[in-house]
Amino acid sequence: MAPGESDTAGGMATTDDVVEAVVRYAAVVSSHRQELIDLDAAIGDADHGENMNRGMTAAVQALEADPPGSPAEALKTVATTLIRKVGGAAGPLYGTAFLRASTAVQDRETLGPDDVVTGLRAALEGLVSRGKAEVGDKTMVDAWSPAVDAAAAAAGDGVAALVAAAADAAEEGMRATTPLVARKGRASYLGERSAGHQDPGATSTALLLRVLADLASERCGSDAGTA
Amino acid sequence: MKKIINDPENVVEESLRGMAMAHADLLEVHLDPHYIVRAGGPDEGKVAVVSGGGAGHEPLHGGFVGYGMLHAACPGAVFTSPTPDQVEAATKAVDGGAGVLHIVKNYTGDVLNFETAAELAAAEGSQVEAVVINDDVAVKDSLYTAGRRGVGGTVLAEKIVGAAAERGDDLASVTSLCERVNANVRSMGLALTSCTVPHAGKPTFELGEDEVEVGIGIHGEPGRERLPIEPADALVDRLLNPVLEDLPFESGSQVLLFVNGMGGTPLIELYLAYARAEEVLRERGISVQRRLVGNYITSLEMQGMSVTLLRLDDEMTELWDAPVHTPALRWGR
Ligand SMILES: Nc1ncnc2c1ncn2[C@@H]1O[C@H](COP(=O)(O)OP(=O)(O)O)[C@@H](O)[C@H]1O
Ligand SMILES: [Mg+2]
Repeated sequence: MAPGESDTAGGMATTDDVVEAVVRYAAVVSSHRQELIDLDAAIGDADHGENMNRGMTAAVQALEADPPGSPAEALKTVATTLIRKVGGAAGPLYGTAFLRASTAVQDRETLGPDDVVTGLRAALEGLVSRGKAEVGDKTMVDAWSPAVDAAAAAAGDGVAALVAAAADAAEEGMRATTPLVARKGRASYLGERSAGHQDPGATSTALLLRVLADLASERCGSDAGTA
Repeated sequence: MKKIINDPENVVEESLRGMAMAHADLLEVHLDPHYIVRAGGPDEGKVAVVSGGGAGHEPLHGGFVGYGMLHAACPGAVFTSPTPDQVEAATKAVDGGAGVLHIVKNYTGDVLNFETAAELAAAEGSQVEAVVINDDVAVKDSLYTAGRRGVGGTVLAEKIVGAAAERGDDLASVTSLCERVNANVRSMGLALTSCTVPHAGKPTFELGEDEVEVGIGIHGEPGRERLPIEPADALVDRLLNPVLEDLPFESGSQVLLFVNGMGGTPLIELYLAYARAEEVLRERGISVQRRLVGNYITSLEMQGMSVTLLRLDDEMTELWDAPVHTPALRWGR
C-alpha cells in the first residue's frame, strides 16, 4: 500500500491515520482545556489543561515540520515533544507512554489489531514504570489499564472494535476515579479531600482513546469488526 | 482576574526579560529555553548548584542565582515544573567540570523532569547528582504516596549548599550536605486567600472571609483542612506544633527559624507572627540561632505564611553566614 493511503477495508492504521489522530486529539484537548484546568484546580494546581494543550499543539507542529515515515516515527515525534517541551507530571508520563508505544511498533508500516494492542500495552507499561502508580491510585493509570485489558479482549474483532472497547473502558475507569482517595501525584497531598473529584489525567486519557475510537470507526465504516 | 500582565501566555517570558534588565550585573537570562545563570560564565573547578520549578514562587528560584547560592535556575510555566531541555541546557551552561547538583522539590512532575534532564546531561558528559527536598509536614508520608512536598526548606538548602559549593567542596560533599539539610528541616503553611494562576483566570479554590486553609503547599492547591480564622498566635501555633513534633525539635536544639510569606501577606503581619514563633521556641528551650523573615517562596498573590525550622549544626551555621549576593538574598559581600 502506498504511504498515506488508508487501508479502510483491512482496518489497518497507516502513518497518516496516526498523524490524523494526533491532530484530532490536539483539537479535542484544546476544546476541553478549561474543563481539564477546572478538574485539576479541584485536586491539583489548575494546569493540566494548559499543559496538555501546550504539548499537543507543539506535537502537531513537530509532525508538520518533519512528516513521519512510519507510525512509530509519528509516535516518537509526539513523545519527544511531550517529554522535552511540556513539563509537569503529564509531560514525561504521556511522553514515555508514546515513546514506548513507538518502540513497540518500531518495524510496522501499518498497524493491525495486534500492533494496536501491543502499542497500547507498551504505553501503559511505560507510564507505570515512570510514575509507579497502580490501579486505584486515582491517576491516568485508572483509565489506561482497563482500556488495555478491553483492547486485548477485543483484539480479534479488528482495530475499530478494539479501540472502541478501549475507549468505553477508559471512560468507565475515568468515572471510577471520582470516589477514590489519591495516592499519587499532587492530588495525594489532599488526602481524604481528594475523594469526590474526577482525576484530570484519567480524563485526558479517556479523551485520547475516544479520539482513536471515533477515527477508527470513521475509517472502517461498516467494516468495523471484519479485520 | 486583575493582574499586572499583558497576556497570560507571556507572563513568564516577559517577567524574565524584566529580571534580566533589573539584575544585569548578576544574571544572564536565556529565553530559548528559559533558564537563568550567573553572569560571567561557569565557575571552573567548582560544583554548580542548579534548581528550578514552576514559576509563580518568586523570588524562588531565579532570585537566588548569584554568588554563594545557585548557579542556575529553570523556571517552568506558572506552577508547572520545567522541562528537561531547560534543565539540561542550564546544567551544561554552568558545569565547571566538578559536577552539578540538582536541588529538586518533591513533586512528581519536578522529579520526573529533572531525572530526564540528568540522564540527558550525563549522556553528554556532565556528572550530575540530585537531592529531592521534602520538608512539608502537612503531607502524610507513606511508601504508597507521592510523599511530602518540598517547600520552605528549599530556600535554606539552596543558601547553605550554595555556600559549600562556593568554598570549593566536591560533589559528594555538597550532595551529602544537601541531604543533611533536608533531613533536619520541616515546614508547614496556611492560606488566608487562594491565588489566581494567569492561564486559569480564576482563583484555584474559594475560601470564605472567615476561613483559613491549613496545610497548603505552594501551588494554590487546597490544603488538608479548612478552619475558622483565629488570632495570629493561634495560627502560628497551628503551624509550629506539627513542625516541632515531627523531627522532633527538642529542648537544647539550635535552630534557624524562617517565617515566610506566601506573596500577599505584608511584612507587618509576618513580623508579628515571627514574634510568636520565636517566643514559643524560647519557652520550649529551643535556641533560635539564625532567622529569616519575608516573602521568599511564594504562591503568586496568595495571602498566608509558612513556618520552617532547620536544626543547625556548626557547619550549617557557618555556611548560612557565608557571603551571598543574589537578587533576593544578600549579605557579607
Ligand atoms: N505517579 C503518577 N503516575 C501516573 N499518573 C500520574 C502520576 N502523578 C500524576 N499523574 C497524573 O497526572 C495528572 C496531572 O497532570 P498535570 O496537572 O499536567 O501535572 P502536575 O501534577 O505536575 O501539575 C494527574 O491527574 C494524574 O492523572
Ligand atoms: Mg497539575
